[in-house]
Amino acid sequence: MRSSPSTVQVMPAAPSRVRSKKLMERLELAAVYIILGLTALAFIIPFLWLVSGSLKSSSELFANPPVWLPSKPQWTNFTTAFSEFPFLLYLRNTLTIAGFGIIGAVLSNTLIAYGFSRVEWKGRDGAFVLVLATMMLPFQVTMIPLFIMFQKLGWIGTFLPLIVPVFFGNPFFIFLLRQFFQGIPKELSQSAKVDGASEFRIYWQMILPLSLPVITTVMIFSFIGSWGDFIGPLVFLSDNKLYTLSLGIQQIMSVNDPRWPLLMAVGVSMTLPVLMIFFVLQKYFIQGIAFSGIKG
Amino acid sequence: MRKNIRTGVLFISPWIVGFLLFTAYPLASSFYYSLTDYDIINPPVFVGLENYNTLFTGDDLFYKVLKNTLYMVFVGLTVITACTVFISILLNNKKVKGMAFFRVVFFLPTLVPLVILSILWVWVLQPDSGIVNTLLGWIDIDGPGWFSSPAWAKPAFILMGLWGAGGSIIIYLAGLQGIPESLYEAASIDGANSLQKILSVTLPMLRPVILFNVITGIIGTFQSFAESFIITQGGPDGATMFYSLYLYQNAFQYAKMGYASAMAWVLLLIALTFTLILFKVSDRWGNND
Repeated sequence: MRSSPSTVQVMPAAPSRVRSKKLMERLELAAVYIILGLTALAFIIPFLWLVSGSLKSSSELFANPPVWLPSKPQWTNFTTAFSEFPFLLYLRNTLTIAGFGIIGAVLSNTLIAYGFSRVEWKGRDGAFVLVLATMMLPFQVTMIPLFIMFQKLGWIGTFLPLIVPVFFGNPFFIFLLRQFFQGIPKELSQSAKVDGASEFRIYWQMILPLSLPVITTVMIFSFIGSWGDFIGPLVFLSDNKLYTLSLGIQQIMSVNDPRWPLLMAVGVSMTLPVLMIFFVLQKYFIQGIAFSGIKG
Repeated sequence: MRKNIRTGVLFISPWIVGFLLFTAYPLASSFYYSLTDYDIINPPVFVGLENYNTLFTGDDLFYKVLKNTLYMVFVGLTVITACTVFISILLNNKKVKGMAFFRVVFFLPTLVPLVILSILWVWVLQPDSGIVNTLLGWIDIDGPGWFSSPAWAKPAFILMGLWGAGGSIIIYLAGLQGIPESLYEAASIDGANSLQKILSVTLPMLRPVILFNVITGIIGTFQSFAESFIITQGGPDGATMFYSLYLYQNAFQYAKMGYASAMAWVLLLIALTFTLILFKVSDRWGNND
């Protein structure tokens, strides 16, 4: 610590230094806002481009210099897209796969996560490391044998390859649910056991109802995964009557000279439901994603 | 205790069955197929290490594929990591209002299905009428051909990747909020300015989260398939022929299941190697602190 005379000497200069520090902070904050604002704009513009494209006529879409806003919004792009593409068929297929996906994901992963968190047994944590390791396994490594296996079973050209495996656990969901289950006080289970409840009853009647937030997260992620999945349907669904929206649209897009405004309209229609789910259930998203990084 | 094992195993039994059927068995048979010549129609013929031999000595395209993919890892992922960490640190500033709004804006693109993302970016990066080249035109820059240019196709995919990297920002923000305030206060007392605080407190504390994102990012880059399959099919001139796309083409377009399986195993080894190296490097940084 300095002696008092030098402190006295510093005193007169202090106010201006404080002021310049304040100014620096203000400038810093302004710079932060400018950078964030511009980045946010860059993130939003492609969305607006998609929406405006879905309402343009073909000539407006290809115009150079580009047309920012369609002169007359072509709402018929949407109705034409729905009637000309097998949109409803693809939608029904997608929802079938997504629906079974949600059921399978919730049933299997809650059971599995319960066994990895609320029951104590030897070798549990070792087995859990194996679960985490499989999270890092690229799909491409198992894709070919799975295709061959499903083909031998006669499952290629049915929904089964996309539905059945879901009922046998997903490492990310197991991880997410396990973290949540671990946070529920042990005493709850113990007092239920004293009252004679079986482990399954505790799981079904106590832990599941308490875990609705994290189960919602799992349901959302599962739905969004099925909704946008591309490589799964591409590899396993060989029959175009079974195509999902993603795969169907890609097939339409890959023909020569596709009708782009219609594709943009389908694009808006396919993105909108997901955005709506997000805005209604936002906190479950953010929690689920934030979680994966912290504990990972 | 014995009863507990039975109960525990019973609860995780779906995973055990799934692991054996859909992970362990395919993994083992993938290795077997990688030692064979197999076109699905005729039974597999054992050829030993020939597929691996061809990959590394007889397939020029495979080297190009490796180079393309490693470019996306070393250039693409580095750019994306730097940008997302930077944005997250700016957002984490307590004085910045509207963090919830920005978080939503950065996250929204991750919700767009891959197919739609691809359609959209074809239009965003359209050489003549695309929005990016139009904006570049305003400042007198003649924008490149992006997806149709061998030199700019990979940067185009990096831009797309950056747009879809909002998930990482959420994860970084969660990590940043876990850094104790007292560390920043201590740095302030030592007279550190904002930049010094970022270098001496934020980045070291964020290291595990960055490591997590980089490892999943590397594996994600090697797995990335839909965008290049949909937009470029590997072109122009093989510039976007990435690992998973080439693997898929070998398996399902040329019916070379054995060869593609060998590629899958090489991919597994590459992913493992990267993960181990990153853990080692991260440990060393940790010890120097």
